Amino acid sequence: MEQPQQNNRHIKLAIGLLVFAAILLGKIFYIQVVDKSYRQEAIANAMVYESINPTRGVIYDRNHEILVGNKVAYNIMVTPREVQEFDTLALARALEVEPAWIAQKLAEYERDRRRIGFQSVVMMRHVPAEIYIRFEEIKFKFPGFKGQVSSIRDYPINAGGNLLGYVSEVNQAYIDKDPENYRPGDFAGRTGLELAREKDLRGEKGYHVFLRNARNQIEGAYNDGADDKEAIPGKDIVTTIDASLQQYGQELMAGKVGSVVAIEPGSGEILALISSPSIDVNVLADFGNNYKALVSDPYKPLMDRAVQSAYPPGSVFKLVNGLIGLQEGVLKPSDLHPCNRGYYYTKTRKLGCHAHRSPINLEEAVMMSCNAYFCYVLKDILENDKYGSIQEAFDQWNAYVHSFGFGEKLGSDFPSELSGTIPTSAYYDKLYGRRGWRFQTIVSLSIGQGEIGVTPLHIANLCATVANRGFYYIPHIVKDSEGVEIDPKYHEKHYTMVDPEHFEKVIPGMWRAVNGGPSSGGTAWRAAVPGLDLCGKTGTAQNPRGDDNSVFICFAPKDDPKIAIAVYVENGGFGASVAAPIASLMVEKYLTGQVKRTEMDREVRQKDLMHKVKKD
Amino acid sequence: MKQSFDWVLVGVYLLLVLIGWVNIYSAGHTAEAGSIVDFGTRAGKQFFWILTAIGLAVFVLFVFSARLWEGVAVPVYLFVLLLLAAVIFLGVEVKGSRSWFEFGPVRFQPAEISKISTSLMLAMVMGRLGFKMGRAKDFLTVVAVLAVPMMIILAEKETGSALVYLGFIFVMYREGLSGWLLTLLGSCVLLFILTLTASPYVAVLVLTAIAVLSNAVVSGRFWKWTLWGGLFIAAFALLAWGLEKGYLPALVAKIEPMWVLIGTLAVVVTVMAWRCFRRPNRFLVHSILGFLGGLVLIFSVDFIFDHVMQEHQRKRIEVLLGMKEDPSGVGYNVHQSMIAIGSGGVDGKGYMQGTQTAFGFVPEQSTDFIFCTVGEEWGFVGCLIVIALYVFMILRILHDAEASREAFTRIYGYCVAACIFMHLFINIGMTIGIMPVIGIPLPLLSYGGSSLWAFTVLIFIFIALDHQEKKYF
Repeated sequence: MEQPQQNNRHIKLAIGLLVFAAILLGKIFYIQVVDKSYRQEAIANAMVYESINPTRGVIYDRNHEILVGNKVAYNIMVTPREVQEFDTLALARALEVEPAWIAQKLAEYERDRRRIGFQSVVMMRHVPAEIYIRFEEIKFKFPGFKGQVSSIRDYPINAGGNLLGYVSEVNQAYIDKDPENYRPGDFAGRTGLELAREKDLRGEKGYHVFLRNARNQIEGAYNDGADDKEAIPGKDIVTTIDASLQQYGQELMAGKVGSVVAIEPGSGEILALISSPSIDVNVLADFGNNYKALVSDPYKPLMDRAVQSAYPPGSVFKLVNGLIGLQEGVLKPSDLHPCNRGYYYTKTRKLGCHAHRSPINLEEAVMMSCNAYFCYVLKDILENDKYGSIQEAFDQWNAYVHSFGFGEKLGSDFPSELSGTIPTSAYYDKLYGRRGWRFQTIVSLSIGQGEIGVTPLHIANLCATVANRGFYYIPHIVKDSEGVEIDPKYHEKHYTMVDPEHFEKVIPGMWRAVNGGPSSGGTAWRAAVPGLDLCGKTGTAQNPRGDDNSVFICFAPKDDPKIAIAVYVENGGFGASVAAPIASLMVEKYLTGQVKRTEMDREVRQKDLMHKVKKD
Repeated sequence: MKQSFDWVLVGVYLLLVLIGWVNIYSAGHTAEAGSIVDFGTRAGKQFFWILTAIGLAVFVLFVFSARLWEGVAVPVYLFVLLLLAAVIFLGVEVKGSRSWFEFGPVRFQPAEISKISTSLMLAMVMGRLGFKMGRAKDFLTVVAVLAVPMMIILAEKETGSALVYLGFIFVMYREGLSGWLLTLLGSCVLLFILTLTASPYVAVLVLTAIAVLSNAVVSGRFWKWTLWGGLFIAAFALLAWGLEKGYLPALVAKIEPMWVLIGTLAVVVTVMAWRCFRRPNRFLVHSILGFLGGLVLIFSVDFIFDHVMQEHQRKRIEVLLGMKEDPSGVGYNVHQSMIAIGSGGVDGKGYMQGTQTAFGFVPEQSTDFIFCTVGEEWGFVGCLIVIALYVFMILRILHDAEASREAFTRIYGYCVAACIFMHLFINIGMTIGIMPVIGIPLPLLSYGGSSLWAFTVLIFIFIALDHQEKKYF
């Protein structure tokens, strides 16, 4: 037999074969072992994660009453890809809608079919239970349509709308920020407590893992459900709010624009935080549909005035100036200053005051809220020889004021707190030139007017600080509870730069302002509640947009304060006229559990100041 | 001398068929599917095909006399040619190609059995006493034996089966075809791909490199050729690279490197040709002609690609070469198939645990893409075993063929090996994205009677020939 000459060719061919086999195996090794991306793509291909939504945490008040709970809601879902020919009329009848509406919805889905794909979308949200039950009975006739039971927010008490905040369906921008936790159709807290404690309240999603085929049909549970994950319900939040006090305060504030902040001085816990006009909880529950109306409301109910509006504090700020004067040593309780219907800071220019006896000491000045007295006090503070210049003295004053928490965010546990403004010497240097200003230029700071802005929360905190004789806890609305631990900073005392002993020197004036009786010259005698030992300070802050703002702070009882409260009513006039009765009634309600002064209660409720408030 | 069949080969055959059957069952497996022998399922049908295939094998081994194969080669070859031609007019159209006969529930493809007839014919022609590959008449006969069925198959639009015929060039190589022809063919494919994926410039440089290297090997002055050629190529590669990165001064940047390259090459080639003329050097002449031919190829690639190739072929090549990202169109199949195999990991997801193949993400999961099930469920270990079995089978056939004393048996063996190899490489290469999507089955593993029968007969004829030889010598 003839053999071809090249005997080694079969070896070359065999080597070639092995090389080609190695190429195949090399590539297979690469995609199977080295490159992990194919595994992820396979999971994305075949596994469907159906998420199980956890129930959102419940929000309780300090007495364990439910402020925000959950209730069942029924949605009608539709998977457009699975919809077949159906009796539109019958479906419309069952759902109590127009057939044309259904047709229009389906047309929308048809238009968005690329985006929707095989997903289900909500066609009707929150349908009544009767409709839902009727639909469930006949849904077999309508392939592609199904019911879905979900949980929505429920508000048993009409209190704290603004404070609680609302939840709404997340939009794409929101999802993009945290795609791990949010999917289209999820809800998230958007304002107030719902936003501040979103991480606790939302819980952790669980999921079922299903396998699907290339036609998106579910083939069954993956791994017999062994890889499924249960949803972990959201944590419940216990707030420091007293629901009945909050509700009562809201009722009193109806018809007025402004806010109330009540704090337990011994803990910094906020008992009530009211912004008026407030949002009705029924509106809150269906926020999506009411949003437009709320946004266009000229009284801006969406704004939480208690922390989001900075006003001049008015006369309540006299306490701060008095305390600084005492600490600086330029004021003694017994110091007498004259007041001739005001304070002449130049020969011809006067900062006016109301009629009262003169001269008076510190206690009387606080009691009668004398403007002139505190002009002298601030003058002595700023023209102190201890300091080389007014700038130096002023910045020292500024530091004192900051130590009360003014001019900065207090660091509360709810969102959108404003810091307010306390001027610095640099500010006036810039405004008037370094030599262009003196005490007389900024005299209105003596009485809490001028270039000073504080929030009602700041004012309430001042009141709590006075009640505590010199320190405050950062006001907060969430209490420690099981599973929820609040920041330890809320348990820390914050001392002001004024020694506690000096506080005792202004408190008697505050006590007499309330309890001195109508003839004493005390500004807040109407706020007196027998037996409760209220100490208060009125304020009347100028409002460039109409009538003065009515301000009042008080705490009670005097020697063991349980509540410190600040009321700020826009265009309410004298502090004593609107703010003081509201504060007084709320203190009575909180400390005694009921309100005996029904006359005053009725009067306050009837007062409608809305027409006085300038709308934008 | 042993007097028995090559049972090892039979064993590997049975093992592969079994692996195929088991994986077909898994690929078609759904919750409501029947048992593995339920005739309603593909696995059940495959069981039937396997039984009949074994029947065919028994027939080939024990009933039909192996001595007759050489004699019937010509009539069989002609008969199959007739079938191949007839199917164009009488066949049914499946997925754009008219290559199937349909008899009731059974469909069969003449192209499958043409591998057998062509192998027999080749073995007969090339095994004749005094056959010389170098002789023009013999060479052209072989080319004709291959080209006629190949052309008809191309006319059926069965590109895949036609491509398998290219494998016979390895047989021709074994029987004396010049190695340079193999190099030439390989170079053409390389240049074609390079021109499409990189640029004609790169292709010209690579062509130059091939020419220089060939001459370096043949001339006996290896280092001289390599040095000068290497410098030349490196200089032009650097020039193009520098221009692209903008490292070169503005004056140089105006130069079009392609024209410089062509100008320089024109001078060099002319000088070379002059030297050949002065001192005849046949290889140099050939390589110059080959080089010029290569240039023509390079500059006609775009033309071939745009005007000669058909739309679907173009698309497949574009996707394969990564010229176009197309995960939902032509590339979808390959992408899904790579996901299935890639997600298998080292040891796979376990039998019947695959999610990609069973749930229909991979198309044709029990026929052309059966390897996906292997890859997904058995992992790299499974792939290694299956490929190793094929390699072992091919090597075993080559070994038996080399050991045989009859040219007919040897050549036929090489034909069988070449067919299996081409199917193996094209099919698996397709599932892992290194070959275009060409619809040919994986031998013995893929679902389908026609293919299984054809490969069974193809392989068992060789086993019978091998046995018959051992019996008589």
